[in-house]
Amino acid sequence: MQDILFYIFSALTLGCGLLVVANPFSRNPVTSAMFLVLAIASLAGLFVLLHAFFLAAVQVLVYAGAVIVLFLFVIMLLDLKAEQRRKIRKFSLITGVIAVGAIIGIFAKVLLGSRLNTSVPAATVEGGTIPLGKLVFTQYLLPFEIVSVLLLVAMVGVVLLSKRELK
Amino acid sequence: MRVGLEHYLFVSALLFSLGLLGVLVRRNLLIIYMSLELMLNAANLALVAFSRFNNNLDGQIMVFFIITVAAAEVAVGLALIVALYRKRQTAHVEDLTSMKL
Repeated sequence: MQDILFYIFSALTLGCGLLVVANPFSRNPVTSAMFLVLAIASLAGLFVLLHAFFLAAVQVLVYAGAVIVLFLFVIMLLDLKAEQRRKIRKFSLITGVIAVGAIIGIFAKVLLGSRLNTSVPAATVEGGTIPLGKLVFTQYLLPFEIVSVLLLVAMVGVVLLSKRELK
Repeated sequence: MRVGLEHYLFVSALLFSLGLLGVLVRRNLLIIYMSLELMLNAANLALVAFSRFNNNLDGQIMVFFIITVAAAEVAVGLALIVALYRKRQTAHVEDLTSMKL
């Protein structure tokens, strides 16, 4: 059952990811953003299969909720009608496909050549809220505080960048 | 064949390649940004898979921090795109060549 779910979720993730990047029917950024939501939601399904329940919830809340809403706001703000008609250049397409093919080749060589432990261990740790919270507030307290400062800095920066003119 | 670590790593590698393809081929700044998000998510998937198959929660903590930093990055990046659009009336990388010699 879990294996079938893995194949369903990974096919959904990869299919939606492809439609984000290269949608043959629509070049509209809004369509891409919607497919990004689907890809992220199916990735949250993969996280659940990996027993990372808290991260699956955070993925849906932060990515599918906050980040995509931000993207949609900016897309609506920018009015990109003229952008849609532009063609993708042949040259950049060919070079991009070659580069990505090389990267995939490297990944495949590494993955096929490595001797990974193929047995699935019993899940002794669950990525629930309690074990993760215990770790974050004991062993990883300093990174947690630094990230909070980072969020504050990002907020100040965004406010400053969005001002019409700096005084 | 039971689904193991290498299956997850393979999906992660493919997702990362899709994001890279988007960054290299597409010319719209917003789509490039979405492709960057795909690449970040591919890295997250690999980290969570390693964490599950090594029975160790440290990878998931790492993903937690990556998600936080990615949210901050998206906020700042989109503010930059809006500021750029206000000045140049374009969100297309081919029009942004003022640093070219």
